[in-house]
Amino acid sequence: MFKNICLCTCASVLLGHAACACAAGNNEAAFNPAFSLILSGGYASLQRDPAIPATGFAMNPNPGHEQGFNLGESEMGISANIDPQFRGVATLALAAAGGISVENAFVQTTALGDGLNLKFGRFFSGLGYLNEQHAHAWDFVDQPLVYAALWENQLGEDGLQLKWLAPTDMFVEIGGEMGKGRGFPGTDRAKNGSGAGVLFVHAGDDIGIAQSWRAGVSLHQTRRADAVSDAVPDLLGTAGGVSNSFNGDSRTVGMDLVWKYAPDGNPRNSQVKLQAEYFRRSENGHLTYDTAGANIRDTFAVTQGGFYVQGVYQFMPRWRTALRYDRLDPGVAQIGALNVGNVINNYAYQPNRTALMLDYSPSEFSRLRAQLAHDRSRQGLVDNQFFLQYSMSMGAHGAHSY
Amino acid sequence: MKNVIAILSLLLLSSTAHAALSVFACEPEWAALTQELAGDKATVYTATTALQDPHRIEARPSLIAKARRTDLVVCTGAELEVAWLPLVLRESGNGKVQPGSNGYFEAASVVHMLEVPTQLDRGEGDVHAQGNPHIQTDPRNFLPVAEALAKRLMQLDPANAAAYKQRLAAFTGQWRTAIAKWEKQAAPLKGMPVVVQHKGFPYLSSWLGLKEVTTLEPKPGMEPSAAHLSLVLNTLQQYPAKMVVRAAYQDGRPSAWIAQRANIAAVELPYTVGGSAEATDLYGLFDDTVARLLKGLQ
Repeated sequence: MFKNICLCTCASVLLGHAACACAAGNNEAAFNPAFSLILSGGYASLQRDPAIPATGFAMNPNPGHEQGFNLGESEMGISANIDPQFRGVATLALAAAGGISVENAFVQTTALGDGLNLKFGRFFSGLGYLNEQHAHAWDFVDQPLVYAALWENQLGEDGLQLKWLAPTDMFVEIGGEMGKGRGFPGTDRAKNGSGAGVLFVHAGDDIGIAQSWRAGVSLHQTRRADAVSDAVPDLLGTAGGVSNSFNGDSRTVGMDLVWKYAPDGNPRNSQVKLQAEYFRRSENGHLTYDTAGANIRDTFAVTQGGFYVQGVYQFMPRWRTALRYDRLDPGVAQIGALNVGNVINNYAYQPNRTALMLDYSPSEFSRLRAQLAHDRSRQGLVDNQFFLQYSMSMGAHGAHSY
Repeated sequence: MKNVIAILSLLLLSSTAHAALSVFACEPEWAALTQELAGDKATVYTATTALQDPHRIEARPSLIAKARRTDLVVCTGAELEVAWLPLVLRESGNGKVQPGSNGYFEAASVVHMLEVPTQLDRGEGDVHAQGNPHIQTDPRNFLPVAEALAKRLMQLDPANAAAYKQRLAAFTGQWRTAIAKWEKQAAPLKGMPVVVQHKGFPYLSSWLGLKEVTTLEPKPGMEPSAAHLSLVLNTLQQYPAKMVVRAAYQDGRPSAWIAQRANIAAVELPYTVGGSAEATDLYGLFDDTVARLLKGLQ
């Protein structure tokens, strides 16, 4: 439907061989704009209520899973060059329950030169490794626990991002972002100035012909205002927990590393990918305990973190298997005297999970996946999970990031 | 202080004046052609090797870093590199080599394309809207590409225009002679029935008059399944072929399976420069391609 008819002016030239001068098209010229639709969904068998958060992370988001048959988010993507200076990208998520949300809607420069790339609008932050990847490019059905608890799966931002690529043989990229603070842990509010900032450095290279790697360090900073969390367990054992509110600074550091190996550097036949990421967040401010009842405010500081390590092995064309280990550390909170008897400061439990994945891609545009997980993210509530998932893409199929 | 600045700027100016053109070639054949046309006037980086499937390269950090500092990108185009090149160029932050600018050259744009689909339907597999992109298997295609590429080099580096012009003339002459030689050698191959692993040889077949009986991949880009290979075997009983042909980067097992059961030769072609020990340059590529096909005929 978006097919572009290529008008050829043919002329007979050398050796009687006809040469055809087509209007040279790049990838997206055939579809202007490039239009794509991702259909995904599946089935989840869980032994526990997915609404129960990881132990010690009741004040964090819990994206969880949907039980039984479920329609995942269908994702509609539109992208095109706007003019020789700008390119536009929009990704709309069609929620299963109805309604459209804007996942990405950004403009990026294409001709700044000198290694500079400016992006503005709504985008996934460039911090870490997985954060920028769309759900259909994930190697597992779900994000690692550390992404779920610390970034609500993915940090999205309304703002701008400037990246600079150093003119070196090795890939070295420095980036900075400022924005509204829309995504957790930011606070979405109408206010002048920047609500959240990100800095990151990525470096990468090849090792011989068969191996490649990328490593990164990220920093995220925001000020949280009236961050309310419900159903937080307390020392008094209040049934159903209490609602707390936090005001203060949030600072997260992260490290990521990816290493890939493919014989002859040809990932079509087989490939090994190892990756690991670590995040650590320090929050420092005031916590108001039980906003609906006691309403006691005092100082609160905690450092939480987590990591995952995973390996993906494509053992033959189209077939991949993967193993992931996840772990969270809820930390030990420093609690002001007024709340020492109310707020739990030490959960003394490290949520963790092991997941095993197998997927088959009949073509570049389709993928079928099965995943098993042994989830010990909730103390005393072991959950053996089983997932089936499909992910199909129609229309223009853009390039995937490394 | 002023002297220091003057000396530094002189050094900078002189180094840019003498700096060779930096070229990023997507595939080894275009790297070899650029080197033929530019000689020492260009330093050429090759993004892929003959043992890599150019459809399935990842946008690795190293490629982005190389594209950042390049003056000219020389690629096949016709969506062959669609899975990685657009991202590499975008992330490079190099305004000189974006599609549509002078620093971006697509070989397929000056070649008569074969297998241009009349309808775009992914049910037909990984088809390319602009036609089959594997244009480098017909040596005649290098003539219009060389002419257009030399023109581009002259545009980007007018100081050396005369050298490029001279090298183009020399290459064109030698290449025509070589084509005549290969065509003479390959005369026995005319009308020869072959099986191909991937639809990657229409230009070679059209040049030498090979008859493609069937394809091991059920649809372009899809792996040959056991069930499909049995169908291929049935087809071969009805319409026997002389050999099964594949590119060096492709998995050798499906070809070997068919060759053994149909009792025909399995021929691995270099496909591009570096695809075999003999294919060290463009001339070696076609010397070896023709030699291997003739050997398969025996």
